Amino acid sequence: MAPLLTLDGLSVFYGRRPIIENLSLTPITGGGVTALIGPNAAGKTTLLRALAGLVPAKGSIRLVGMASPAHPLELTGLPVSQHARHVTYMPQALPQRVALTVFEATLSALMSARSDVVLSTSEAQARALETLERLGILDLSRRGLDELSGGQRQLASLAQSLVREPTVLLLDEPTSALDIHHQMRVMQLVAELARERSIIVVIVLHDIAQAARYCQRIVVLEHGVVAADGLPEQAITPQMLARVYKVEARVEPCSQGFLQVIVDRAA
Amino acid sequence: MRPPSAPAGPQAEVRHASHAGERAAYARLVRRRILLVAGLGALMLVALLFDIATGPSNLPLADVVSGLLNPSGLDAPSRVIIWEVRLPYALMAVLVGTALALAGAEMQTILNNPLASPFTLGVSSAASFGAALALVLGVSLPLIPADWNLPAFAFIFALGSVLMLQAMANLRGTGVETLVLFGIALVFTFNALVALVQYVASQEALQQLVFWSMGSLSRASWDKLGVLALVILAVVPFSLKASWRMTALRLGEDRARSFGISVRQLRFFSLLRVSLLAATSVAFVGTIGFIGLVAPHIARLLVGEDHRFFLPASMLAGAVIMSLASVGSKLIVPGALLPVGIVTALVGVPFFMVLIFARRERL
Repeated sequence: MAPLLTLDGLSVFYGRRPIIENLSLTPITGGGVTALIGPNAAGKTTLLRALAGLVPAKGSIRLVGMASPAHPLELTGLPVSQHARHVTYMPQALPQRVALTVFEATLSALMSARSDVVLSTSEAQARALETLERLGILDLSRRGLDELSGGQRQLASLAQSLVREPTVLLLDEPTSALDIHHQMRVMQLVAELARERSIIVVIVLHDIAQAARYCQRIVVLEHGVVAADGLPEQAITPQMLARVYKVEARVEPCSQGFLQVIVDRAA
Repeated sequence: MRPPSAPAGPQAEVRHASHAGERAAYARLVRRRILLVAGLGALMLVALLFDIATGPSNLPLADVVSGLLNPSGLDAPSRVIIWEVRLPYALMAVLVGTALALAGAEMQTILNNPLASPFTLGVSSAASFGAALALVLGVSLPLIPADWNLPAFAFIFALGSVLMLQAMANLRGTGVETLVLFGIALVFTFNALVALVQYVASQEALQQLVFWSMGSLSRASWDKLGVLALVILAVVPFSLKASWRMTALRLGEDRARSFGISVRQLRFFSLLRVSLLAATSVAFVGTIGFIGLVAPHIARLLVGEDHRFFLPASMLAGAVIMSLASVGSKLIVPGALLPVGIVTALVGVPFFMVLIFARRERL
C-alpha cells in the first residue's frame, strides 16, 4: 500500500496574519506527483514549509505509512529530528559560496543526523554515491558546489534530499533555474522516483503546462485557500485561469495529447 | 537520462568500478586534509619555537632548546627569561590564536556570514568597555584578587555581549542578518561608551586604557594560561561533535532543519562556546582583531568547509598567525616589545593575500 498524507484544518500564521486558513485536502497518495500551483503570494511555499515542519502550523498533517497503515503519524508538532525521518524539503534558494564538494554535501545530509538514520560511514558513502548516480551526476561528485552551474546545483540539491530516502519529498520550484532540457530531465526523474519508490512528492511549480504533463494531481492555491483540486484536466481550466490568475487563456491538448495553456491576454 | 537502475552483469561491474573510484578519490581527499591539518600543526610548533627563541636578550636557539628540555641546567637569569617571560608569552599567543580562531570559525558558520568574528560583532568592544570601567572608575569586584579585577570586568562584559546576541537569536523570527546587524550595533554602542569613559578619564588612566585596548601578551602568566587552556579543552570536544551538523548548516538553514538538525539548539550552544572562548581570550590579552576573522578564511582555502577539518585547521591557523605576530612584535622595533594587537594584522594580511593569489592561479 502506498503511503498517504492527509491535511485537515491546516492554518499557518505569520504573526497575526493568516497565510493559510483552515485548509483541508483529500489524502495525497504516494507513487505520483502532486503539484501546488497558484499566483504569487498564494501561500504555496508556506504550505510546503508547513508540511516540512519548518513553520508552526495549527491543524493536522498525518502520514499514513507503508509500515503501519493502522497508525497514522501526526506530523504537526513533531520534533524536527523525528519529522526529518519521514519528510525532506528542498528549498528554492540554494546556498552561495560554500566550500564543499557535491559528494561531501550529499554525505552531510546523512552524517549530520546519523542518530536517526543509523548508518555507518561506509554505508552513508555508498548511499550518497548511488543517489548521485541515480541523478546522473556521479561525474560531478568531486566538484565544488560553487563551481557548478545553476542546473547542476539544483540536481546536487535534489541529491541531498533523495539520499535521505524520505517517504514525503517536498520540492519548492526545483526547475526554476533550469533550461528546458534540464527541466524535462528533473521532472521525468522526479516522476520516476515517485513511482519506483512509491513515495509522496509534492512540488511547487510555476509552469502550468509542466505541472499538467508530469503531475497526477494539481492543487491550485489562491490567498491560502484551495481554488481547484483534481486531475490536471479538471483543475486547469480557462475559468480557473481567469479567476485565479486573472488571464484570458485557452487550455487545449497538443497534437501529442499533452495539455497546453495558451494565454491570450491579461484579464 | 539513465534507465531505471537494473544492475545487469557488465553494467553492474562498471558501476562498482566507478563507485570504488569515487570512494578512493574521497579517501585521498580526506588524507590530504589530514596532512594539511598536520602540516599546520607542525608549522605552529616551528612558529612557537621561533617565538620562544626570539627576544631582546639574544639567547642562542640551542640554549633555549636545551633550557626548555632541562631547566635545571640554566643559570638563574636565563631561566627567568625563558620560563617566566618567553614561554608564557609564546604559549599565550598560541592559545589566544586558537581560541579566537575557533570562535570566529563557529560564528561565521552559524551566522552564515564571512565577516563575523568576535571583533566585528562587539565582543572585543564590550570587553574594552569593561576594562575601561575597571581602569578609569576604579571599581572592583568582591572576592576577586586585585590583578584579576580588570580581566574579570572585561570577561563579564564580553560574555554579556554574546549573551545579548544569544537573546536576540532566541527571539522568534530573528534572521541571521538581524543578528549580524545587532552585533555591529553593539560595536558602535560599546565604542561610544568607551569614548565616554575616556573623555572623563585622568591622563594616567587614559594611557593605561589605550595600551590595554592594543592587546598585549605581556599580561600572560601561568595561571592565566591554565584558565585559557582549560576553557579551550572544555569547548573543543563539543565543537568537534557538532562538526557534521555545522557542515550541513552551510547548505542553508531550511535545508539543515529538514535533515533533522535543530538549528536553534545548534546556534545556542555554539554561541555559548564562542562567548567563553572570546571573552576569556580578550579578558587576558586585550583587543586582538583580525585573527578570528582571517584564520577561518585561511582554513577554508586550505581544507574546505567539512567542519571536521575546517575547525581544527582554523584553530591551528589562528595559532600560527598569532605566534608569528608575537615574533614580529619583538623584531619590528629591535629591543622593544610592541603590543601584539598592532602586529597581528600586519603579519596576517600578507599571509592571507598569498593564499588568495595562490588559489586564483590554481582555478
